[in-house]
Amino acid sequence: MSLRVDDLTVHYRTLRGDVKAVDGATFSIDDGEIMGLAGESGCGKSSLGKSLIRMDARMKHVAGRVELDGRELPIADDAKMNEYRFRDVSIVPQYSMSALTPTRKVGTVAHELLESRDVPFDRVKPELVRRLMLVGLSEDVLDRYPIELSGGMKQRTVMVISTLLDPSLLIADEITSALDVSSQRAVGEMLVEFRDREFVKSMIVITHDLAILYQIADTILVMYAGKLAEKAPAEKIVRSPRHPYTRLLISSLPEVGVRFDETRLAGIPGKPPSLLAPPAGCRFRDRCPLAFAKCEEAPPFVELEPGHEVACWKAAA
Amino acid sequence: MLTLESVTKVYKVGTFGGKRLRAVNEVSFQVAPGQIVSLIGESGSGKSTIGRMVLGLSRVTEGTITFEGQDVSQLESGRRRAYYGDVQGVFQDPFSSYNPIFKADRVFTLVKGFFPGIGRSEWEEKVEHALNAVRLEPGTCLDKYPHQLSGGQLQRMLIARALLLDIRLLVADEIISMLDASTRIDVLNLLGDLKSRGLGILFITHDLSLGNYISDRTMILRRGSVVELGATEKVFGNPVHPYTKMLLASVPHLHEKWGQREHAGDDAGADSAEPALVEVEPDHFAAVAP
Repeated sequence: MSLRVDDLTVHYRTLRGDVKAVDGATFSIDDGEIMGLAGESGCGKSSLGKSLIRMDARMKHVAGRVELDGRELPIADDAKMNEYRFRDVSIVPQYSMSALTPTRKVGTVAHELLESRDVPFDRVKPELVRRLMLVGLSEDVLDRYPIELSGGMKQRTVMVISTLLDPSLLIADEITSALDVSSQRAVGEMLVEFRDREFVKSMIVITHDLAILYQIADTILVMYAGKLAEKAPAEKIVRSPRHPYTRLLISSLPEVGVRFDETRLAGIPGKPPSLLAPPAGCRFRDRCPLAFAKCEEAPPFVELEPGHEVACWKAAA
Repeated sequence: MLTLESVTKVYKVGTFGGKRLRAVNEVSFQVAPGQIVSLIGESGSGKSTIGRMVLGLSRVTEGTITFEGQDVSQLESGRRRAYYGDVQGVFQDPFSSYNPIFKADRVFTLVKGFFPGIGRSEWEEKVEHALNAVRLEPGTCLDKYPHQLSGGQLQRMLIARALLLDIRLLVADEIISMLDASTRIDVLNLLGDLKSRGLGILFITHDLSLGNYISDRTMILRRGSVVELGATEKVFGNPVHPYTKMLLASVPHLHEKWGQREHAGDDAGADSAEPALVEVEPDHFAAVAP
C-alpha cells in the first residue's frame, strides 16, 4: 500500500470565510497504480493533489492524515515536508509550460533543483540524458531556453526532471489539457511508461478529461463539490458507474461517432453548490434525478465490492 | 452565404519582420444558411486566423471573402458596421470577454445602438426573447456581475447578444473548450438548435469529437492548408489523408483503448507543400496525390 489518505480535510482561507475544498477524503493507492482524479472545475481535485505535496499560504489543513510507504507525511508542516518533496513526492504542475524559469537554460534549472536536494548533478546527468532520449528529446534541450521548446517538449522535459529522483508518488495536474491531441497521446503514453519502468511507483493524474484517464489510468476517483463521489477501476467507472453524477457525466460526453442529428446528448442541469457554505447532506442532491428524502443526510463513502467505492444512498442500497 | 476563395494570410515574423510566415494558405470553402461547418486543426494550423479574417479582425493578404455576394475582406468602417449586424463572433474565454467592473448584461446595452429609437419595454422584451433562445432564465443572469455567473452562462449570454442582432452567421472560436463537461454539451446542443433556425455557424475547434457531434461539414487544417474537406460523416468515417488518420487515432475514446500507434508524429513531410485537393468520393476532398 503506497499511499493512504485518511479523512483529509483542507480549507481555503478567504475574506468571506473558509472554502471547504476537500472534505473528508479517504482513499488509498497501491504500488504501481495510476489513479485518475476527475471532476469539474472547482470540485477540489487540484486542491487534493496540492495538499499532498505543498499547501500554499491560503490553504489550511483541518483534519486527516496521509501516509506514504508506511511513513506519515507532515503535510501541514511546510518546512518538514521539504525533506519529502522531489525525493518521495513529486509534482508535474498545472501549466507546467510555465514551470521552467524563462531566464535560465533547462539544464541549469535541473542542476539547481538537484543541488538543492544535495544530489550532485554530474552523478545524475547520464540518467537524465538517457531519460530525455527515452521521451524523444536530445541532450541539446539542456542547453536551450524554455522559449525555444514547443509546448509538448516543455511538458516532457518537466516530466523527466520532476521524476529524476524516482519518487514514490507523482502528482500530474492537468498536464494534457493544454496540448494538441497528438502530443496529448504522447504524454499520456509516457506516464504509463514511467510507471512501467518504475521511475515512479504510483501516480495521481488529475484531469477533467475522462477519456484520457480511461486510456492511461488503472483506477478513477471522481470528486464532486469537495467530496469523493466514486472510486473504481477505470473500466468500471466508464462502463458501469454507480454514482448518479458519474453516470450523467459519462453520458454527456460526445464521442467520435455520436452525431447531434441522431443522438442528442444531455448535460447536467444546475451547477455545483458554493463551497463557502456547502449544503448539508449529499452535495449532488439538487441536480440528482434520483434524490429522495434520505439524501438530506450525507452518504458515506462505502465499498460496494472490493475496489469499488461509492458515496450514494441509492447505489449502496 | 459566406464564401472564402483562396484566402491566404502571411504574417511578418522575426525581429524586424524580415521573415514571412504563411499562416493560412489558399483556403477555399463555403458556409450555407442552416449549416455548421467545423474547422478542425491543432495549434498553429491557422484555424483561428481564418475566423479572425471572416470577422474582419485581421486583414486578408490574398484571396477574397464574400458574404451574400459582397466582398467583406476590405470593408470601410460604415459598411463594416452593417456587416456586424449579420456576422458576429464568440470566443474561447467567456471570462475575459466581459469587463469585470460592469454587470454582465452590459453586453446587451452595448449593442442597443443597432436599434435606434427602440422603446424600453420593447428592448427588454427583445433581450428576454434572446435569453430564452439560449435557454437562460432572465432572472438568474440579468443584473449580475460576471463573477457571479458560471462560464456556461456567460458563454450563452454572448451567444444571446449575437442573436439579439438577428445575425445570419456566427463564428464560434473554441467556445466550448473552457467549459465543464456537464455544461459544454448544453452549449453544443444550443448551436444545433440555432442551426435549425437558419443560422450558419463556423465552428472552430481542436476537439474532433465535438466537431463530429455537431457539424454538417468538416475541414481539417494542417499548417494553414486544408488537407481534407467534406461531409462530416465521410471525413470521419473514411479519412483519406494520413494527417487526418493520425489525428483520429490519437483521440482518446471512452469505450475503446488507443490502438497501436501507426505514425510516429507530425514530422513527416514537414516542409513539403500539400498537393491540391482531389475529390476522393462525392462531397469528400483530400489533399493526396491522385
